[in-house]
Amino acid sequence: MTEITEVPSPFCGIGTDDLTISVDGLSLKVLSNGCAVNTPAFEQVITDFKPRVAGKQVALEHAVAKAVEILQDSSQPIIGGCATDVNGMRALLALADRCGAVVDQMNFNAARRNYLAMQDSGWMTTTLAEVKNRCDLLLVFGKDLESFVPRFFERYLWNQESMFLEDTANREVIYLGKAPSGTAQVSPNGKQAQVLTCADADLPDVVAVLRALVKGHKIDADSVGGIKVSDLQTVAERLQAAKYGVVTWAASALAFDQAELTVQSVCELIKDINDQGSRCSGLPLSGKEGDLTASQVAGWISGYPARINYAKGYPEYDPYLYDSRAMLENGEGDALLWVQAFNSKAIPPVTDVPTIVLGRSGMVFDKEPDVYIPLGTPGIDHAGHAYRADSVVAIRLKKLRDSGLPAAADVLSAIERAL
Amino acid sequence: MLIKLTGGTVYDPAGGIDGQKRDIYIQDGRIVDRPTADLKIDQEYDLTGKVVMSGAIDMHTHIGGGKGNIARILLPEDHRSDPVIRTDLTRSGSGHAIPSTYVTGYRYAEMGYTAAFEPAVLPVNARQAHMEMGDIPILDKGGYAMLGSDDYLLRMLTAKKDQKAVNDYVAWTLQASKCIGIKVVNAGGISAFKFNQRKLDLDEKNAYYDVTPRQILQTLATAVKELGVPHPLHVHGCNLGVPGNVDTTLDTIQGVGGLPMHLTHIQFHSYGTEGDFKFSSGAAQIAEAVNKHKNITIDVGQILFGQTVTASGDTMRQHANHKHGHPNKWVCMDIECDAGCGVVPFKYRDQNFVNALQWAIGLEIFLLVDDPWRVFLTTDHPNGAPFTTYPHLIRLLMDKSFRNDMLATIHPEAQKMTTLASIDREYTLNEIAIMTRAGAAKLIGLKDRGGLTAGNWGDITVYTENADRQKMFEKPDYVFKDGEMVVKDGQIVHVKWGTTHIVKPDYDAAVEKDLKSYFDRYLTMKMGNFKISDDEFTEDGRGSLTVHSLKEVV
Ligand SMILES: [Zn+2]
Repeated sequence: MTEITEVPSPFCGIGTDDLTISVDGLSLKVLSNGCAVNTPAFEQVITDFKPRVAGKQVALEHAVAKAVEILQDSSQPIIGGCATDVNGMRALLALADRCGAVVDQMNFNAARRNYLAMQDSGWMTTTLAEVKNRCDLLLVFGKDLESFVPRFFERYLWNQESMFLEDTANREVIYLGKAPSGTAQVSPNGKQAQVLTCADADLPDVVAVLRALVKGHKIDADSVGGIKVSDLQTVAERLQAAKYGVVTWAASALAFDQAELTVQSVCELIKDINDQGSRCSGLPLSGKEGDLTASQVAGWISGYPARINYAKGYPEYDPYLYDSRAMLENGEGDALLWVQAFNSKAIPPVTDVPTIVLGRSGMVFDKEPDVYIPLGTPGIDHAGHAYRADSVVAIRLKKLRDSGLPAAADVLSAIERAL
Repeated sequence: MLIKLTGGTVYDPAGGIDGQKRDIYIQDGRIVDRPTADLKIDQEYDLTGKVVMSGAIDMHTHIGGGKGNIARILLPEDHRSDPVIRTDLTRSGSGHAIPSTYVTGYRYAEMGYTAAFEPAVLPVNARQAHMEMGDIPILDKGGYAMLGSDDYLLRMLTAKKDQKAVNDYVAWTLQASKCIGIKVVNAGGISAFKFNQRKLDLDEKNAYYDVTPRQILQTLATAVKELGVPHPLHVHGCNLGVPGNVDTTLDTIQGVGGLPMHLTHIQFHSYGTEGDFKFSSGAAQIAEAVNKHKNITIDVGQILFGQTVTASGDTMRQHANHKHGHPNKWVCMDIECDAGCGVVPFKYRDQNFVNALQWAIGLEIFLLVDDPWRVFLTTDHPNGAPFTTYPHLIRLLMDKSFRNDMLATIHPEAQKMTTLASIDREYTLNEIAIMTRAGAAKLIGLKDRGGLTAGNWGDITVYTENADRQKMFEKPDYVFKDGEMVVKDGQIVHVKWGTTHIVKPDYDAAVEKDLKSYFDRYLTMKMGNFKISDDEFTEDGRGSLTVHSLKEVV
């Protein structure tokens, strides 16, 4: 049995890298600094090693050969999931370029809310170490932060020391939209967050009023979405008065139509405050299951985030058109390759087209795919790189054990070579 | 494998050859002396009448790292206008202002470039910079690590730590981030912006730290010199783009006390406040100062007209300039108590007075600086223009009548404010070879690149002589990389992978004691996870590291 320290996690999205994990053969145990997201993801037991074709166990070469056959017979292959590490994405894009496939990261419908806003008007953002050392006011927008990122408060807000704040316990927290589910947001000196809740459907109106107040416009209404305008006025003033205000949101939580406009309002409000002479920054949170990794690598290899189509021999980006689920439902694709190295519960959509799954070992299917190849997990079974929520830091994932399970990059490259 | 390049007209300033006929032999990737008669030549190319230079080296181009990728993702419309289709040999991608990585490699190689250096590697983002550059085929590459607004250094300076301690930290940073030089961007200014300072002059203190930009520049320039790092401190000065910043730049040159210093994209720092529009050329003063101070090198950062995108670590100035952005969308980011970045799309217009004069100022600087070993050809890709405009820029420098024809078309008030029409100088092929090859290799400290004498790697570009220098430099006949032909008639014929150039100055291992505690207390990753390991370059089977020797320190 060995003990490995300073283990980085690709699962929680905030790049936690202080885990201590014991390794006993193939079994892992998180000894310290685990959380509700990371511990089960690391400790998950390997339940299958053998690839299957039509439900029957076969050698890896055989499964690869069958995958090649499916892709060769396809005129519009779709690569979904796209949950892997940097080398996995490199190999995935090489294969897609080769066979004219659609590439669609599974969280893109959520990520799209950010990309559409960013590609239309841009934004001002910050990263986790800046939050840890500078943030004196955190506005949590539309999300119960602690269920999403369990260790956020402990690591980045209630940290013992910060370079520029006398006492981190004096930081102020405002929840706008959702209420906190636990007590992580309570400061070490017992101070509670200010909480202003509303229905998700009212978030666009609430943020519109908040932006108007930031800009000094007069609002005739007394309340919006059940929140008093006078309370929002206070929020606006506190943001303007903060030395280093930060507004955080998770695009995945804004599950209503045209949520990109709400993201855009938040981003424009932040810009307004900076133009008025105070500092304020956004902190969009994602980075789960390889979503940022996929779009970063697709960004430098294709020029676009991870929803593109190579059918014409070059990458085309369309955040709506190349939605793989919609394409499959509409009969616009004739083969599905699903790549998901992090989460064995994230199985592909059920479809009639031939399906190849490169999945984290342990996947249980509603419908057995034509080809299933169990993968090793980046950061457990092989080394790799993954992006964390603020999209700046690529963490170096460690290999913790020798399971013999292949990396997504190896399998994808083998398929490409054989095509 | 022995290759002979026969009878070409060779411009090899590193070897002292200025337009003479020479045969060149390449064996196993490197240039060798004429072999003994009995050795069989495997391949011979008749280069009679052709111009032969070593492969070009871009010493300042934003090709890898977070801000470039933000710029890519910000501008899908720009990519849509320039799709690049896959071939049997090459990958697909997209082009124009900030091309995807594969396209970057192909297009550079197709112009005869064999190496390019990313000048703004944030240490915390170095992993990404190297991963992106790892997906740029053919070219050699390397990076300059950005320091000067990182809180660790500013804390050291405030605490009056001695120069030796700073040197150790600088050496540690070079090793941890796998870089070949040190860059400063708006010294201390990126940090100051986080404290809500919106401008910072050379002698102005950071609102929090007891430190001025001048101190930062002096300390880091000293560190680079004392460590023996060949590339001088690479400086993006204060007050970028601000009318009147010529005084700051002159002060920066004079104030560094003779230490080696490279001032980058100096065009953006050469503005006066004269004339009806309170915007004028400071090029003559800058050129005079550069000519006089032999410790100073510069690259120009020429602007050329058209759509591009600016991507810089200088959040303070990028935020101030966002109102000039086109299209009106932009990104600013504070990053990890390390630095920041700002991405603002720009469209430089020849009928805009300021843009037109910026164009003229850049050219004035090129033409008024005497020594081609100390001035380098850049557009600060993509900030002044995409790198694909280099052949056009070379023509502007080599062809006075073409230059004057262009000058006659720009904003009339700008024409009145430039001395360009009166400058007769035309760059020679040898001078172009100095600026883009021999000088660049010397400046960066590449010991066996940028020259054509025996011992150099076989990075060679062959052009057909053409009075239209743009046409000539756009489409080389052949490009060899490490002795293998990669381009023929301006088209990729073979794809291989270049190396990453680094330096590894020693440091006192005790430096990690303080650093580890700093990482644990204030940063968001462990020091051990911050350091980039060699296998991150080699594990994909394509990349490699080449360590260059340090200068002897007297
Ligand atoms: Zn630059």
